[in-house]
Amino acid sequence: MLPELGHFALILALLLAALQAFFGIGGAALGRERWMAAVTPAVAGQAVMVATAVACLIAAFVSDDFSVVYVAENSNTALPLFYRVSALWGAHEGSLLLWIMLLAGWTVAVAIGASRLPARFAARVLGVLGVVSFGFLLFTLATSNPFVRLDPPAPDGRDLNPILQDPGLAIHPPILYTGYVGFAVAFAFASAAMLEGRLDQNWARWTRPWTTSAWAFLTCGIALGSFWAYYELGWGGFWFWDPVENASFMPWLVGTALVHSLAVTDKRGLFKSWTLLLAILAFSLSLLGTFLVRSGVLVSVHSFAADPTRGIFILAFLVVMIGGALALYAWRAPLLKSTAGFELGARESFLLFNNVLLVIAAATVFAGTLAPLISDALKLGTLSVGPPYFNPTFMLSMLPLLALLSVGIHANWKRGRLGDKARTLLYTFVAAAVLACGVVFGLYSHGHILTPIAMTLGIWILLSSLVDPVDRWRRGLSMSRGVLGMTIAHIGLALAVIALTAVQSFTVERDVALAPGDTASVGGYEFRFQGVRPVEGANFDAMGATLVVTRGGRQVAVMQPQKRRYWVQQQVTSETAIRFDRGNNILLALGEDLGAGRWSVRVQIRPLVSLIWIAAFIMAVGGALAASDRRYRTARAGAPEPATATARQPG
Amino acid sequence: MNRFMLPLGIFVLLAVVLALGIRHSPEKGLIASPLLGKPAPQFSLPSLTDPVRPVRSQDLKGHWYLFNVWGTWCAECRAEHEMLLQVRRAGVVPLIGLDWKDDDAQAREWLQQLGDPYQSIAVDRSGRTAIDWGVYGAPETFLVSPQGIVVYKHIGALTEEVWTRQILPRVTGSPATRS
Repeated sequence: MLPELGHFALILALLLAALQAFFGIGGAALGRERWMAAVTPAVAGQAVMVATAVACLIAAFVSDDFSVVYVAENSNTALPLFYRVSALWGAHEGSLLLWIMLLAGWTVAVAIGASRLPARFAARVLGVLGVVSFGFLLFTLATSNPFVRLDPPAPDGRDLNPILQDPGLAIHPPILYTGYVGFAVAFAFASAAMLEGRLDQNWARWTRPWTTSAWAFLTCGIALGSFWAYYELGWGGFWFWDPVENASFMPWLVGTALVHSLAVTDKRGLFKSWTLLLAILAFSLSLLGTFLVRSGVLVSVHSFAADPTRGIFILAFLVVMIGGALALYAWRAPLLKSTAGFELGARESFLLFNNVLLVIAAATVFAGTLAPLISDALKLGTLSVGPPYFNPTFMLSMLPLLALLSVGIHANWKRGRLGDKARTLLYTFVAAAVLACGVVFGLYSHGHILTPIAMTLGIWILLSSLVDPVDRWRRGLSMSRGVLGMTIAHIGLALAVIALTAVQSFTVERDVALAPGDTASVGGYEFRFQGVRPVEGANFDAMGATLVVTRGGRQVAVMQPQKRRYWVQQQVTSETAIRFDRGNNILLALGEDLGAGRWSVRVQIRPLVSLIWIAAFIMAVGGALAASDRRYRTARAGAPEPATATARQPG
Repeated sequence: MNRFMLPLGIFVLLAVVLALGIRHSPEKGLIASPLLGKPAPQFSLPSLTDPVRPVRSQDLKGHWYLFNVWGTWCAECRAEHEMLLQVRRAGVVPLIGLDWKDDDAQAREWLQQLGDPYQSIAVDRSGRTAIDWGVYGAPETFLVSPQGIVVYKHIGALTEEVWTRQILPRVTGSPATRS
């Protein structure tokens, strides 16, 4: 019964989404108050229905109802309860349901906050969100219904994909999706502004907190994914430029550009059409990410077509949503005139560079990700694009971005002259360069040509971001959450740059041959080998080595890398031992038996690697803080603010 | 045409490419889906290499296997042969071949020249078994679980990427990068 109830709830949700879209957009267009008044009840009803559907599917998982195909394919009686719930988003159908649920959640939040918006504008925003929700519900019901029954029921389920049975991966998709779906709100605000044909600074102020929150979630989601890949996949890669990773990174890059462009629209009433375009783009890439990853399009066009109804539906949906928004943009954007100007060297110009460079970065990632797909579609043969393409092209746009950041945050709005800030910048730059060269050439005497450059830029951002807050703190001045959040996010970026540079440049890797009692010294650590013993596992037997790791006489860890042989498949795998110590990451892998008790051991020490994820979380915290700034909550409808009055406020 | 129409133009172009991608192989795709998640079709066929023992699907139950449909008349099959040999060397999952509408002597000669990656090869002269499996064109490769369920199907030449991304993780239950 429950699965049918869930199915029915989804159908009702579809109808309510249609009403929400119709009354929202239609009511606003025709100026019918009573239609617009029906939008909020529709939003609430839809949320209740979607929650019911999700609850029904969770109930099916928890009660091991293998008469539901989706449960039979993704769960098992032996699966722990926690993973039975997270199995909900373990495959395509449930992921879509998760998407719909999160969208309903965001929509409810927007509806609650809509009391501060003009009624007509709010109706349009909720109407556009209704269109998005309608599309997803229709897609789910027509091609990917998670409530399809299996007759006769399976005796037991096929089990959740083992690589998804991991706490990191269980929470990674919902957080990532929350970010993706959050850009739907920015998209709805942009579409509503275009439908209205009017976009002022208030609009930017309404849109900013939503966009920044979505961005913070996306940042968190990407960092979690990267962390999972690092410790689960073993040999120390935190980013592979894998299509799946790129699919989440592209909306992040464009979303970052949007966050900055919105700041300019908010403070100065500039970049209006550009902001709209970025909002459309960020959501389009989120959609693309959702579909491409789950439908397998990126692996090959063929698998895209593996279920043609799905493929055609996805394409039709993208054409309606993105094509529609872009057509609206082509029609309405020319009407949005920005009257104010700015000088080269003003903060606006730096934010313009920021936007352009981030979009270029996203475009290069996009090209690299889709090139194999396109070449396959046009029968030009298979093409493989990897780090040799991504690393240099990405650096090409990122290094100038980092170099401009420090100057940008100290530049004035409107006026190009830096004034006394120039001296501050010079001092921080020199200090950064000295520190960086000290680290690069003093502490480590090797590295790439880019090492000192990237290190200097990272430290420079760190120092120059701190100048203003420290100055204010010493003078006893308070700081708005917006500025504080921005500063924290920039510090997070600086730490990420420093960490990435250190990991890429200073990773030490050595293969050593050790007999019992031998000690090897690598990268400041001593490794005492205590020999190898046979170990028996549940479905494998293994040779396990024991190494005592010390640093300056202090014991850091006892590490036990293994070499396993799985009985069934007779496959030998190396079980890497991984330990974190003061931000350093030590990896040990057991190599070959060299005879007479001697074994080869691979030692790798990656400095500062944990800082990469910590830095990402710091960025997300900065975003969350900025999104909670009071000025967004107090900004009321119809309270225009003269642009000139805010000209010197940092933000 | 103004600059505000440019994004729309780029998007339309991209949509056309994707649409071409879908139209490209709809027939293949239609046949790809029905078997997934269902029991592999039963068969009992003469073996190409062993005149005494036939190849029977029930003998294959209990462990993973890759069911590879090929023929000497098929150019793509020659292209994927090196990859099949690599799969055999990896020794993770055995390859069961289905020699489809082929000449036995030519097939044996092919294996002698290029090497034999298969554990056993069933001969499907009439093409009936291939129809049961929903084969549209060679080469096609099916991954069958120990329970006898088709869990994955690949159309076209098997590639390194398909092997490491799609097949290995399903068989070993862990990411292929850990080795």
